[in-house]
Amino acid sequence: MWLTRPLRERSTQLFLGVLFAALAVVTLLHLTMPEDSPFYVSSFTVTLMGKYLCYALLAVAVDLVWGYLGILSLGHGAFFALGGYAMGMYLMRQIGDRGTYGDPILPDFMVFLNWQELPWFWHGFDMAWFAFLMVILAPGLLALVFGFLAFRSRVTGVYLSIITQALTFALMLAFFRNEMGFGGNNGLTDFRDLLGFNLRTDATRLGLFIASGIALAIGYLICRGIVTSKLGRVSVACRDAEARARFLGYRVERVQLFVFVVSAMIAGVAGALYVPQVGIINPSEFSPIFSIEIVVWVALGGRATLYGAVIGAILVNYAKTVFTGVMPDAWLFLLGGLFVLVTVFLPRGIAGLLASRRKKQDEPTDTDSDTGKEATA
Amino acid sequence: MSLFEEFANRDRVFEFLTPVESPVDVRHGPILYLEDVNVSFDGFKAINNLNLTIDDGELRCIIGPNGAGKTTMMDIITGKTAPDTGSVWFGSRHNLLRMNEPEIASLGIGRKFQKPTVFEALTVFENLELAMATDKRIIPTLRAIMRPEYRERIDEVLETIGLKDLRDNLAGILSHGQKQWLEIGMLLMQKPRLLLVDEPVAGMTEQEMERTAELLTSLAGKQSVVVVEHDMGFVRSIARKVTVLHQGSVLAEGSMDQVSNDPEVIKVYLGEEA
Ligand SMILES: Nc1ncnc2c1ncn2[C@@H]1O[C@H](COP(=O)(O)OP(=O)(O)OP(=O)(O)O)[C@@H](O)[C@H]1O
Ligand SMILES: [Mg+2]
Repeated sequence: MWLTRPLRERSTQLFLGVLFAALAVVTLLHLTMPEDSPFYVSSFTVTLMGKYLCYALLAVAVDLVWGYLGILSLGHGAFFALGGYAMGMYLMRQIGDRGTYGDPILPDFMVFLNWQELPWFWHGFDMAWFAFLMVILAPGLLALVFGFLAFRSRVTGVYLSIITQALTFALMLAFFRNEMGFGGNNGLTDFRDLLGFNLRTDATRLGLFIASGIALAIGYLICRGIVTSKLGRVSVACRDAEARARFLGYRVERVQLFVFVVSAMIAGVAGALYVPQVGIINPSEFSPIFSIEIVVWVALGGRATLYGAVIGAILVNYAKTVFTGVMPDAWLFLLGGLFVLVTVFLPRGIAGLLASRRKKQDEPTDTDSDTGKEATA
Repeated sequence: MSLFEEFANRDRVFEFLTPVESPVDVRHGPILYLEDVNVSFDGFKAINNLNLTIDDGELRCIIGPNGAGKTTMMDIITGKTAPDTGSVWFGSRHNLLRMNEPEIASLGIGRKFQKPTVFEALTVFENLELAMATDKRIIPTLRAIMRPEYRERIDEVLETIGLKDLRDNLAGILSHGQKQWLEIGMLLMQKPRLLLVDEPVAGMTEQEMERTAELLTSLAGKQSVVVVEHDMGFVRSIARKVTVLHQGSVLAEGSMDQVSNDPEVIKVYLGEEA
């Protein structure tokens, strides 16, 4: 099957092995070490790493469309934020009457705005299954409509990138407005619990960290499954010679739409796991700069490898945590400088550096992986 | 999505309601038929009242000076360029002007570009795999597996185009001539009824040219082949019927000897070479 094929690939085995080992080590250190030990991993650090894992998943989603389809999306932050808002709405409704104003239905900000009843689009978000479905559907639907219009009119390249920037910018402005019903510039915050688990306990935080790791593993598998399938090769074909692919009978715009929507949904899941860990979602996640930053992570890590995106996201965000602590104002300059350096000296990113080191090892371990031995697909 | 497009496409009803489309109908005449086609780019008439018929199984050579409109003609047939006026029919049933590129391709019209276009980031084998005539919709493509019979077919074509030893190399490293061959191989994988071949021997050695000539002549009969070529020696070696294009319309048509003795043709075209 397309989804399990990557499991026989050496690079995927390695990736999943490292990921799960890291999850296990952090969990063990957090649970077993005494607090004064140098090996103790604090709850704060666990959550920080959980956040990095969400960013890594987001970067994988961006690499899927940029690396393999050639669509430089500068608006993936919008899908991430939509997934985050869907989760945030669920968390808001879980607060119930424990808010400052004690209204059993209305979130605090609505009471503050003197609203009498819940807007229609807030209905259903008290149910976890519905909210989790929206985490995937809301970004997916936006990507579907946006992609349908853009790809059908064959908008590609720089123009598409600019439109995606405009998209996320427009959404940011919209979500800033109080009348939209998403908490305006304060966003949604003061969450209490998720599926009945108190968000402030260490156990829940650890659980969210592990869930983020598993989501990254699944997201990686889905993307890798697409990329190693024939559809993945068609994507590369559309990326490099769109017209040729058309004359072979492939509907380029549908390939683009499909992959774009899948990518947006994965970004939505990343956003949904991010929000309970940082405890807030506000319109700044829609900011155009954030979407550009994601692309920088992918470029630094190395395009069209997927694991490069993960490496890039984690390294850059770790560096960001360190540097914004030391000199907050210098961070953007540093990031920009790093981006320029990598584009000039490491065009294939960190992954490119790794790949040239161990060239042959990336082959599938099972030489039959592509033959018809598998009876069904 | 696909449903949405079916709705948006007013010319057609739902696919599952229409009877299974039989392939091109050539019982009543030619396989390709262009009538009074006109195209202008910003006022410049690239194609000017062009009329052309290709019979089923025919091998036709099209020659003409640079800018005569040969490539543009192929663009029109394959749905890349929409003509201003005129009609283009594939057999007696398919109006090509109402279809887009993938639809035309799946009807059985294959094309080799003037500038060889292969997927450079994919291997030779993968290039042929993508060209294979299979279900090209999204989900079937995602779930596609390499069946033994597919592999055999690809190996067969690899043999024909002489790239067997390079099958696992990236297409990007091929020489110009090899890319031409790979593209011809991709055409063969598509099993088209009509092959449009734009300048197949540019960049080829004498030997490669001979093999191309052999291949194209062997295809004719089962398939119809339209070859655009500048190399007169090559055209002479394969041509049965030659069409001379000039300023977007047909200047002369006939055997190689007939057209090369045509005073008009000598004036505009062969004259510059001789
Ligand atoms: N998209 C376009 N926009 C503007 N002009 C075009 C376009 N395509 C072709 N032309 C012009 O139309 C004319 C015919 O071009 P075409 O490529 O069909 O010639 P050709 O016969 O294939 O020539 P060659 O032998 O050089 O390949 C040329 O003058 C060309 O500049
Ligand atoms: Mg040409």
